[in-house]
Amino acid sequence: MKHRDFDVIVVGGGHAGAEAAAASARSGAVTALITLSEAGIGVMSCNPAIGGLGKGHLVREIDAMDGVMGRIADQAGIQFRLLNRRKGPAVQGPRAQADRKIYRRGMQREMRETPNLSVLVGEVVDLVVTGDRVGGVVLSGDITLRAGSVVLTTGTFLRGVIHIGDQCQPGGRMGDRPSIRLAERIDGLGLDLGRLKTGTPPRLDGRTIDWSVIDAQPGDDDPVMFSFMSSRPFARQVSCGITHTNERTHDVIRNNLGKSAMYGGHIDGIGPRYCPSIEDKVVRFSEKTSHQIFLEPEGLDDTTIYPNGISTSLPRDVQEEYVRSISGLNDVKIVQPGYAIEYDYVDPRSLDLRLGVRNITGLFLAGQINGTTGYEEAAAQGLTAGLNAAREALGLTPVLFSRADSYIGVMVDDLTTRGVTEPYRMFTSRAEFRLSLRADNADQRLTPRAISLGCVSEARQQAFNEKQDRLNTGRDRLSHRMFSSKEIARLGVKTSTDGQKRSGMHLLSFPDMSLSKLSAIFPEFSDIPTEIGAQLERDALYANYIQRQERDVAALRRDEALEIPSSVDFSKIEGVSFELKQKLSKARPKNLAQAAKIEGMTPAALSLLLLRIRKLSQVRSA
Amino acid sequence: MDTIFALASAPGKAGVAVIRISGPLSWEAVRLLVGVIPQPRQSTLRKLRDPDGEILDEALVLVFDQGASFTGERVAELHLHGSIAIQRAVLRVLEGIAGLRMAEAGEFTRRALENDCLDLTQVEALSDLIEAETESQRIQALRVFSGALGKRIESWRRMLIEAAALLEATIDFADEEVPVDVTGDVLARITAVISAVGREIDGMNAAERIRTGFEVAILGAPNVGKSSLLNALAGRDAAITSDIAGTTRDVIEVRMDIQGLPVTLLDTAGLRETQDPIEKIGISRALQRASLSDLRVVLVDEHGIPDVPLGDSDLILTTKADLTGDASGISAYTGQGLDHLLSEIGHRLSAIIQGAGLATRERHRVAFFDGRESLERSIQLLNRGPGFYDLAAEEIRAAIRALEILVGRIDVENLLDEIFSTFCIGK
Ligand SMILES: Cc1cc2nc3c(=O)[nH]c(=O)nc-3n(C[C@H](O)[C@H](O)[C@H](O)COP(=O)(O)OP(=O)(O)OC[C@H]3O[C@@H](n4cnc5c(N)ncnc54)[C@H](O)[C@@H]3O)c2cc1C
Repeated sequence: MKHRDFDVIVVGGGHAGAEAAAASARSGAVTALITLSEAGIGVMSCNPAIGGLGKGHLVREIDAMDGVMGRIADQAGIQFRLLNRRKGPAVQGPRAQADRKIYRRGMQREMRETPNLSVLVGEVVDLVVTGDRVGGVVLSGDITLRAGSVVLTTGTFLRGVIHIGDQCQPGGRMGDRPSIRLAERIDGLGLDLGRLKTGTPPRLDGRTIDWSVIDAQPGDDDPVMFSFMSSRPFARQVSCGITHTNERTHDVIRNNLGKSAMYGGHIDGIGPRYCPSIEDKVVRFSEKTSHQIFLEPEGLDDTTIYPNGISTSLPRDVQEEYVRSISGLNDVKIVQPGYAIEYDYVDPRSLDLRLGVRNITGLFLAGQINGTTGYEEAAAQGLTAGLNAAREALGLTPVLFSRADSYIGVMVDDLTTRGVTEPYRMFTSRAEFRLSLRADNADQRLTPRAISLGCVSEARQQAFNEKQDRLNTGRDRLSHRMFSSKEIARLGVKTSTDGQKRSGMHLLSFPDMSLSKLSAIFPEFSDIPTEIGAQLERDALYANYIQRQERDVAALRRDEALEIPSSVDFSKIEGVSFELKQKLSKARPKNLAQAAKIEGMTPAALSLLLLRIRKLSQVRSA
Repeated sequence: MDTIFALASAPGKAGVAVIRISGPLSWEAVRLLVGVIPQPRQSTLRKLRDPDGEILDEALVLVFDQGASFTGERVAELHLHGSIAIQRAVLRVLEGIAGLRMAEAGEFTRRALENDCLDLTQVEALSDLIEAETESQRIQALRVFSGALGKRIESWRRMLIEAAALLEATIDFADEEVPVDVTGDVLARITAVISAVGREIDGMNAAERIRTGFEVAILGAPNVGKSSLLNALAGRDAAITSDIAGTTRDVIEVRMDIQGLPVTLLDTAGLRETQDPIEKIGISRALQRASLSDLRVVLVDEHGIPDVPLGDSDLILTTKADLTGDASGISAYTGQGLDHLLSEIGHRLSAIIQGAGLATRERHRVAFFDGRESLERSIQLLNRGPGFYDLAAEEIRAAIRALEILVGRIDVENLLDEIFSTFCIGK
């Protein structure tokens, strides 16, 4: 074997990079994390918050694989809220405001202390490419480092351009240089690139805000943590503020639209519809006279405030004028103006389910470079790419996530088959098996797999097994105890009067039933621990639906297992319409499940595709 | 694994329809229909009964064991000799058995493939078969959508997207400025779809014969005698006949019963090169309708065959036999060859019944029922308030999946489009 400096090199120390490096090192690969500056590791370039709907699910899943994001976010959390608390548990998402500094430091410490992992500071300017294989990186100063596989997580740095009004300058993030040579190398690999944009609001000096006129939004009384390993917040808890724009704010913005980078025609990249700039909101929803703004503290000993909801690319003086028209912000000082950033991304359809580049061995991409947005999305991809880069370097089989087992699987599948038309963000509605992919059962869905992959700490393994035992015992007891109709009547539950006995689990599936109501009358169950009981209640609630979905899950799994060899020529499948052949050739599905998701796909066309695959394999074995 | 069933045409046995059932419950399904199951691979005559004990048909029943069948699964075959009505009745009984569902095009083949029960030559032959099956389903579906039902279905799609988007907005954007309780708005849309689907179901049962019978297009050059033939067949003056070439510009329909089958005869514009824009429209309409028909009857005179794409089962006839004296031709004037033509049409249509036509309509019926059921459950859940929105959304998704063959695929991007155009999202 050729000389290697590392098994795996991860380029970039953002959320994708940190998670990738940690996952690779946990898998036993000797790993290097190369980043422009060590201080940049764990930086949140946008809002100081982690989690939310869909995103909170991703953090839980990362944590279930023993990743880092959840644990560090718990350490840094200064206001925890469980979103959708009053809706069904499947759609509840943990979210926290994070103290930027604690988060950054925690992440840096984690990287330093992870065994098998070295942090190197430098700029990667090129990749070592031999034929169709990537075997290392070149740092500025012409230092070459060789590795079994390389994970690129350079975020918005590929030909990044920052816009403030009509001013623009190259930059990967405020204060950072963009990576231009690396972008050219990626061009050279023949990957399709696209252009996206995103924006960020001005940062405010909290000492110049009149808090007396601003509504406070406190965190939850019983904070819900991200990590299955944490039980309560580490840091002091604070509140956020809520204020609103008004007609005057909107007038200022309307009168200056021509000066906005976006409306002045300076930006071509496509921005996210769920994260519009304040210019966009005022133009597109002109009938609304006011928009909500959350004032989010950036840290406990930081006076900076992040005004969530007013990202902009207007010139600095206009930003000042409109911000000061807002109640409570009349005398506010802007610490750093808002800006928009345009950057290149790689069409993720050139990736496989490991997030490895197809047709090139040894190169993986994760994070915003794949057209996503958000820390959680970046980290979840980092986990996927890091695990697989390590496994490739060590000669082990890949780890693939499925739409049926995780939001990670949903995201990777969406990205690699559909590509992106706007920066991709996770929503719970993207998951067709949403009722079973809950934040509360992420550990049961994924930790056993992580354990078998050998990337889980002993402490977590033990905690998981204990919890699993308690759950199983609780479930067994509730399933085996049969309640007579008389007993059921004592609970005040209305059931059909068929006189049938029902199990405890069955009773818990009734809408108004709970374990506490049950054990109030039948104290034999009062020793089931609260958090175990809560999980059993959720399982019972969804049991019918999950059972119904099992058939779909099984079908999906079966289709996923039917891999399409890369030698299949989609344009030659007899009986399939021309249009569908084109779509197939473009999407190049890797298995039958992916082919099935292609718009306009019919069961018959799938059978024809399968015929083709079988024909190929029969010819080969004949 | 589901047990699937479908009408499978029986090669070389015209007049017999074969229903094939494959999967773990296939023998059990047959037992419900005929009582005692015959020995594997021994075709046996049995009486088929519906769940009320009513006799449906007397049929040959054949069962194959796992590993010794076409698909590799347990398989049963019912060789019916009854009419379409009987075939439909048997299909409905099967549909009603829990765990059974109608097969998709190519699904038997797929199972055979998955179980490694096909060799290379069979595989070659089958792709043609699946192609034909898909094509005939596509034509059936197109015909549904191009009519008035198409417009109604489009409005259901709209309402389902709006309803689902409202729910998803409250779920996925809970910390944004979106309404918290959308129960009323969602209910309004769901109930509208439910009653529309209900009306469709009622109509289907009563008027299906008339509305969705077969279509037979009569094609030919102007003045070849299409309208005269139609009138002679229908026995009344539905289309205008005259000697001026190009009179029939629009498509004229005449409904009639041919050998017990509901048939709509289409008299189309004469096919010829023309500069007249209105006539051109008529001709292209004629060709389009003809391509969606179950059967084409092409009339030729001394000028030869017009240039139209034809299938194997289409009929080509020479007209005006009274003038030409052609013994194998037809004449609307003397009635020569008309009886033979009718029996030929009836014969060819019966063969089609065993294909996808009937199956597609059954599939639509099942979609209506399943969709309505899910929507009804979503109403109960919605009425319990936002705490049950995730489950209500699940039922709406299920309804959309059921109605997908009618309303088309609705995917999360459609919902997001709707959400982002309705609400100002983005904090
Ligand atoms: C202005 C702005 C606004 C945003 N707004 C939002 C928002 O509103 N909502 C939202 O969800 N998300 C937003 N994001 C996105 C979110 O911050 C990112 O999606 C997420 O941080 C991406 O993580 P990443 O790891 O892919 O990249 P990054 O966090 O950008 O990390 C890239 C890393 O690569 C390193 N690097 C780059 N080039 C090189 C090189 N050549 N050699 C060595 N190291 C290199 C950098 O030092 C950095 O550490 C915004 C981002 C920006 C910049």
